[in-house]
Amino acid sequence: MTTKDKYKLADRALEHALNNGASQARVIINNSQNNSISVREKKIENLEKSIENGLSIFLYVDNKYSVHSTNRLDKWKELAKFIEEAIEGTRYLSEDKYRKLPDASLYYKGGGPELKIFDEEYESIDPQQKIDLAFGIENEVAGKDERIVSVTSSYDDGMSGMVMVTSNGFRGDRTSTYYNLSASVSVKQRDARPGEGWFDNAVFYKTLKHDGIGREALERALRKLGQSKIESGNMPMLIENRLAGQCLSPLIRALSGAAIQQKNSFLVDMLDKKVGSPRLTLIDDPFIESGRGSRLFDSEGMATKKRKIFENGILRSYYLDTYYAGKLDMEPTGGSTTNLVLNKGGRNIDELIASLDRGIFVTGFNGGNSNGSTGDFSYGIEGFLVEKGKIVKPVSEMNITGNFLELYKNLAEVGNDAYEDSAWRTPSLLFDDVSFSGK
Amino acid sequence: MNLNRRNFLKTGTAAAAGAVLIPPLVQSCNNLKISTNVKDYLNHFEVSRAALNKVISVAMAKGGDYADLFFEHKISNNIGLQDGKVNSASSKIDYGVGIRVLKGDQTGFAYSESLDMQSMLDAARLAASIADEPNTFKKDIFNEKVPADYYNIEKNWEDVSVKDKVPFVQKINDRIFSLDEKVIKVNAFLSDESSYVLFYNSDGRISYDYRPMASFGAVCIMQKGRQVENFYSARSYRKGFEWLTEDLVEELAVEVTQRTNTLFDATKPKAGEMPVVLGAGGSGILLHEAIGHTFEADFNRKGTSIFSDKMGKKVAENFINIIDDGTLENNRGALNIDDEGNDVKKTCLVKDGVLNSYIHDRISSAHYGVDPTGNGRRESFRHIPLPRMSSTYMEPGPHTREEILAEVDYGVYVDNFSNGQVKIGAGDFTFFVKSGYLVEKGKMTRPVKDINIIGNGPQALADVVMAANDYKTDNGTWVCGKGGQSVPVTMGLPTVLVKGLTVGGLNA
Repeated sequence: MTTKDKYKLADRALEHALNNGASQARVIINNSQNNSISVREKKIENLEKSIENGLSIFLYVDNKYSVHSTNRLDKWKELAKFIEEAIEGTRYLSEDKYRKLPDASLYYKGGGPELKIFDEEYESIDPQQKIDLAFGIENEVAGKDERIVSVTSSYDDGMSGMVMVTSNGFRGDRTSTYYNLSASVSVKQRDARPGEGWFDNAVFYKTLKHDGIGREALERALRKLGQSKIESGNMPMLIENRLAGQCLSPLIRALSGAAIQQKNSFLVDMLDKKVGSPRLTLIDDPFIESGRGSRLFDSEGMATKKRKIFENGILRSYYLDTYYAGKLDMEPTGGSTTNLVLNKGGRNIDELIASLDRGIFVTGFNGGNSNGSTGDFSYGIEGFLVEKGKIVKPVSEMNITGNFLELYKNLAEVGNDAYEDSAWRTPSLLFDDVSFSGK
Repeated sequence: MNLNRRNFLKTGTAAAAGAVLIPPLVQSCNNLKISTNVKDYLNHFEVSRAALNKVISVAMAKGGDYADLFFEHKISNNIGLQDGKVNSASSKIDYGVGIRVLKGDQTGFAYSESLDMQSMLDAARLAASIADEPNTFKKDIFNEKVPADYYNIEKNWEDVSVKDKVPFVQKINDRIFSLDEKVIKVNAFLSDESSYVLFYNSDGRISYDYRPMASFGAVCIMQKGRQVENFYSARSYRKGFEWLTEDLVEELAVEVTQRTNTLFDATKPKAGEMPVVLGAGGSGILLHEAIGHTFEADFNRKGTSIFSDKMGKKVAENFINIIDDGTLENNRGALNIDDEGNDVKKTCLVKDGVLNSYIHDRISSAHYGVDPTGNGRRESFRHIPLPRMSSTYMEPGPHTREEILAEVDYGVYVDNFSNGQVKIGAGDFTFFVKSGYLVEKGKMTRPVKDINIIGNGPQALADVVMAANDYKTDNGTWVCGKGGQSVPVTMGLPTVLVKGLTVGGLNA
């Protein structure tokens, strides 16, 4: 579907909803394409292609609210009936005065910066080149070490587009592309067959890294051989940049309007209060060029803004959509993260490792969870024991356990190595005094 | 590979704080209800046998060994309650056909959301391109495979008005508030799904299924002084509207309230290795993570599972029998026919302590030269089938729960979990304990909560030293994730004792 076709269908659905009893409505038309190629043992293992389209309609009927989606877009008669039934069904719900579209003054109205999140070349890339890229990654490592038991490498790309219209005047669209190359390698020593993966991704085909991914995956798998648990104890924990989001997401979840308003958050009533160490400064920046989370308007159409979430450990902002902002009697800020940026420290990962007298460098998580109400957490980890600034041995089958409020008070250092190929641009993080359980 | 009990709820509430239905809100357009006639399914999808054959011929035209078509039409509805009122609803219609071509263990796959001939042929050509020797496929056979009947229901969800569902969600809220003054918030939901499936493959097998699913539950949030705690309880079955009763509301309301209450006194154990008593029921997560995923034959075929060379070997005590069973009546993990058109079975993975069978799909059963076990499952027509679990459980053992507890000097008893995960090759698996108890000198003493437990699969299996005679199935809203695909599963266990696992906790 072209963008023009999408607007046409969205407008028609919106008009139909308003003519059949909805007092307000928002319509989103999505479409996406994905290609996926994985290769193994010099053969293509999977070749997958998908093309999909969908319509979602958010209905506000006499202060009652519901949302519906369908991928059956080709017959208008069926779609019209779908909308009519949806409106009729909404009438049986309870009223909720906070359910309404955003105030039109908050909508994005154009004039934002060029975000560079769409590759015009997407449709014109030779399919054979994509297959060759995947084989190239496999060839880097296949047969390079007798301990290898399996190598799988993959190429993926995708394009997605959306158009959104609302009954109080918002019109906006967005398209984006991605490319991804990855490898996963399993190696064997006695019974254990540890596996590791590595990947690179890009918004533009021409900036996708073509080599080194297989070698990195192999190296990471090999260095895990012989991993074992060590004695329990409290130690500093250094988390690799790509993984640090795992420690950030419970914090972000606790800031969502739903969690705050439903009292299911350990950050209720903490606005403008000290939550973490002074090293915790976190910015939500929607305007980073080619940022994986960059956008000019949020999922309700509201113009995005760059804002401080934490400033020197002090909580500055929640993530509030129109509904929960209304319930909390606060101003909406946008209900979800865009790009997250932590204020950088001065050292990279090697320097941080060298600075540790004794601690654990975490390079993988394995399950675990946290309690949204209290901030208590416990996660499985693997990584390396560091002694006197040197990596000593691989560790696994251990847990870290604690509470996020205490953990962030113990944030000792932020690396200068932000991982920029992700919407959450996390650097390596060093926390003091973390409880590890092992032997 | 991971498992998440709340996954459903998280996605449900994140998208729309729940959803509802209407006078069924949405229905299928050619409502055929529950039919056992393949003709009705052909009519439902507006395709003819000749059309199916044509699409298969094009899928096979490049020299594939095998091709299949998986038509699916899924109608989902959800209603949600927050702040005392059933105030949100959602519905979703998903419709299309997945076309798969196999050449040896290579897979070509594409799908179409439109079932007009041109769209289906385009997808068939894409899938066909996994092979590259032009070939003429001329077969025009239809062997109807009558599916089993593991989820007979009385009242179809598509015929239930939103009006008739709302009162149950309202009641569970009101009942939870009436049970305890500490309750400050309740989030409740009811979701249902009706799925029509039509299957046809290049061997001429044609089959079909009508798959109902319903889930009902609530999160209870309580406050005592400054401390806030929450707990989630839910049930999920392939059952019809008749499943919703006052008794079910009462059972869930009482359970969620009691369990939230326990958390206020909970402590954390000492960090480190200790004996773990797994209570009957939800502790089946041990089997799912420690053993189930590592027995999935795709990992073993590629040599990436820690159990890759253990077939026929002794892996556990003699009294241990571990089953994967897709035939349990009305079970969330059951299927009348798997997503590759094969009979679903009861498969003994470990028999008398010996590794007896992997979990197979079509590709892996051909690789190992064994009969398919009926575990070829897919999230939807958009996904390729993989070997997946259905309901995974351990048969009762020779001991009693009391005997097991008496063995423990210091350890934990755990019976409520929120999620788990496993690293297939290293064998390290984890499960997150939402609540349990410390066991001191053979007695359950203080409650514990929010701790992760980690172990190594083969070691943990060998370390199951006692199993009781009190088997229970956990019928919660378990969702199993693998390769980006989610499928519904269940699990079960009698009370067992694992000699040593690493328990998350505090260091003195």
